[in-house]
Amino acid sequence: MRDKQIEDLKDYKYGFSTDIESYKAPKGLNENVIRFISNIKKEPDWLLQWRLKAFERLKVLKEPNWQKPKYPKIDYQDLYYYSAPKSFKEKPKNLEDLDPKLLETYKKLGIPLQEQKRLNGIAVDAVFDSVSVATTFKDTLTEKGIIFCSISEAIQKHPDLVKKYLGSVIPITDHFFATLNSAVFTDGSFVYIPPNVKCPMELSTYFRINASDTGQFERTLIIADKGSYVSYLEGCTAPMRDENQLHAANVELIALDDAEIKYSTVQNWYPGDKDGKGGIYNFVTKRGLCKGKNSKISWTQVETGSAITWKYPSCILKGDNSIGEFYSIAITNNHQKADTGTKMIHLGKNTKSKIISKGISAGKSDMTYRGLVDISKNAVNSTNYTQCDSLLMGNKCGAHTVPYIKNKNSNSNIAHEATTSKISEDQLHYCQQRGLNQEEAVGLIVNGFCKEVLQQLPMEFAVEAQKLVGISLEGSVG
Amino acid sequence: MEQKLKTDFDKFISMSNFSNQEIKLKKKALDNFLKNGFPSRKLENWKFSDINQIIQKNIGELTFYNDYNIKNEINDEIFIKEIEHNKIVIVNGKVERLNFEYEESDKINLTTLENFNQILDDDNSLLSLNNSFSNKTHNILVKKNYSFKKPLIIYQITNEKVRNTNINFQLKFELEENSSIKIINLSDDNSEKNFINNLFNFNLNKNAILKNYKIDKKSNTNIKYDYSSITQKENSISETFIFSSGSDYKKNEVSCNLEGQYSSAFINGIHVLSKNRHHEIRTNTNHLHENTKSYQLIKSVIDDSSKSVYQGKIYVDSKAQKTDGYQLSKAVLLNEQAEFNAKPELEIYADDVKCSHGSASGSLDEDSIFYLMSRGLDKKTAKELLINGFLLDVVEKITDEEIKKLLKNMIGLN
Repeated sequence: MRDKQIEDLKDYKYGFSTDIESYKAPKGLNENVIRFISNIKKEPDWLLQWRLKAFERLKVLKEPNWQKPKYPKIDYQDLYYYSAPKSFKEKPKNLEDLDPKLLETYKKLGIPLQEQKRLNGIAVDAVFDSVSVATTFKDTLTEKGIIFCSISEAIQKHPDLVKKYLGSVIPITDHFFATLNSAVFTDGSFVYIPPNVKCPMELSTYFRINASDTGQFERTLIIADKGSYVSYLEGCTAPMRDENQLHAANVELIALDDAEIKYSTVQNWYPGDKDGKGGIYNFVTKRGLCKGKNSKISWTQVETGSAITWKYPSCILKGDNSIGEFYSIAITNNHQKADTGTKMIHLGKNTKSKIISKGISAGKSDMTYRGLVDISKNAVNSTNYTQCDSLLMGNKCGAHTVPYIKNKNSNSNIAHEATTSKISEDQLHYCQQRGLNQEEAVGLIVNGFCKEVLQQLPMEFAVEAQKLVGISLEGSVG
Repeated sequence: MEQKLKTDFDKFISMSNFSNQEIKLKKKALDNFLKNGFPSRKLENWKFSDINQIIQKNIGELTFYNDYNIKNEINDEIFIKEIEHNKIVIVNGKVERLNFEYEESDKINLTTLENFNQILDDDNSLLSLNNSFSNKTHNILVKKNYSFKKPLIIYQITNEKVRNTNINFQLKFELEENSSIKIINLSDDNSEKNFINNLFNFNLNKNAILKNYKIDKKSNTNIKYDYSSITQKENSISETFIFSSGSDYKKNEVSCNLEGQYSSAFINGIHVLSKNRHHEIRTNTNHLHENTKSYQLIKSVIDDSSKSVYQGKIYVDSKAQKTDGYQLSKAVLLNEQAEFNAKPELEIYADDVKCSHGSASGSLDEDSIFYLMSRGLDKKTAKELLINGFLLDVVEKITDEEIKKLLKNMIGLN
């Protein structure tokens, strides 16, 4: 039956290339493409049905338009929804072929040569687009019973877990981009930490975008069973590119009783050039569910890339005594735009949440913090603390704060603070007097401004992030 | 509703003596309202208070026709006796008395406007509704260098003659250079289930000072929307104080445009709510020029299943360097069913600014109650004392001593 379907698809009027090295679904979004993706990944029928259900829902959903950064209309029929590894013929042969600006950035970030090659798909190692890179440290993890694999693999090997939790935090009936992801997601990561296991290392995966015109639809699912702990790192870089690329990933976290998940992101995708041409659209849905008692989910993000960043990593604090945290640094320069923040939804008793957001805008960029703190009737004794600070550099950029605060419980406390300021002449003068040039001085002051958030990042990440903060603001002073 | 609006509008026009120009403007305003209808939660500004739904639920079918030919009796007993004052008495949306007995008559110019304020805002169709159904707009012009000797009290009265009716009213103040005025806007409602829609315009020229105190205390079942638009030139000051408590539903909206340098706007507000009441304060402070200042302090005490909403926005234009903007909202929830929603918003396009906002909500501090009780107060008195102190903070911001004293007595805060 399935073979026949593939056979049918091959006769699709745009045709398929049978060359395994550049296996692509035809452009466009329709049922056939979804069946094609499902087929090629040998997915069970329930998942195909699930995808189709999402697609049905997608037909009636409208793209949201309340966000601050506006973007040209995306033609969803003009995108490729699946592309297997590209043929090496199409890839750059060596580093010299790459944009020198990009190489400079790598150098400043201190990314090893081998890594640079890998990032640009030069090395002969298997490098894939939507298909997840082979994961390392497998043995150590297997010993502890930790499952860390691509979600496609998990669908084959651990269907029960996937079936139970997939879409349990971000249902297929969610907003437009999340539903789009549910219908066409290609790959992503899957993590399961068994009860009472502390994951011995930071789990990390590099997501990359490589094939031109390929919308990226990753799906990540992390489950921390009772009493377990995991720290997960997500870092991204994308090569120089002219067309805007859509990235609509879904990340779902589930923490059961006494479990803790720490999710850190450093996002440095191509932000477009100085005139705002090109760049990635980063429309990601990240949501964590503190399902069990005493559970904790903590989001840390450093957002420096993308033409438009539009995401709200959220926590649903369902279990009693659960804790949600959100630490964010968002930097926009040139023509970048960001509309980011978080949602803390307090449902259980004695739940706590903390939001620290630092926004820095420079050049002609525009930055918005948008957040929701919602304390429901049953969330007795809940507390929230929110602090969002903005730093402006120059008077062509904008910084906005839009917090939504809903308190339906008289035994709960919400406190919110926000400030907007600029780097004072005095601070700059002090640093320059001590021999730093202006850019170094700005870098130092900005790092101080962000310190509270940088501290939350795992060690290796913190170093990279600190450098990134400086690099992102280059050329914004003077 | 559309048919009702049209027939009521025709009736209203035929019963009044508007000029052709006025009728033209009113028709245009009506068309805009017909296009948009009552605002609902789909609009960001009405997210927390869906007035369309509230009217449907509490009033049902509204009558838009309001007979301004009826002469209303005024009971002089309602007037404030503690202080000497000028009066404007408005009954059911009709100006019945304009009395400026304490002022020099050649320093004030009273006119009715033919080209009234015409804002066709799709996001706020209530302004269009107001423009289409309100009676003649009075314009009060305070001449150059003249300061009002006594406060002006605007009595806004409704009586039992109106029910399920939409009352629209607008008034305009023009303050010339170096002039000043103190206004107390007092509502006295003896009617039930009406939708009252007020629009006030204030135009402040150089060095002008406006002090505006709005009091809604008397318990009533009306639904009210009150919009104040303040435009400020160089070095002018506006002070707005809102005490909002008595009506079933009330939304106070204050919009300040700071157009001249060194102009400043102060907005302070109190919500004291019980039962099912639902009140909102929404502010829109636009810093459009260098060296402007705004300050906001809003406090709410919310009991039973009432709901308090604060939406405050500070907008700083890229020209408005050296802006000083501050916003603080605090709420005490006294009951499990009470609800507080806030959206303190900053939109900033200039870098050399000092802007901050804060918002806090929660229950009364148990430690403070314990402290007072350990000193011999019973729990009820201790709570009252704390609430008193909490609100007094806002009342103390009133800059006019005489009015502060009057309002303290009126509100019952000492």
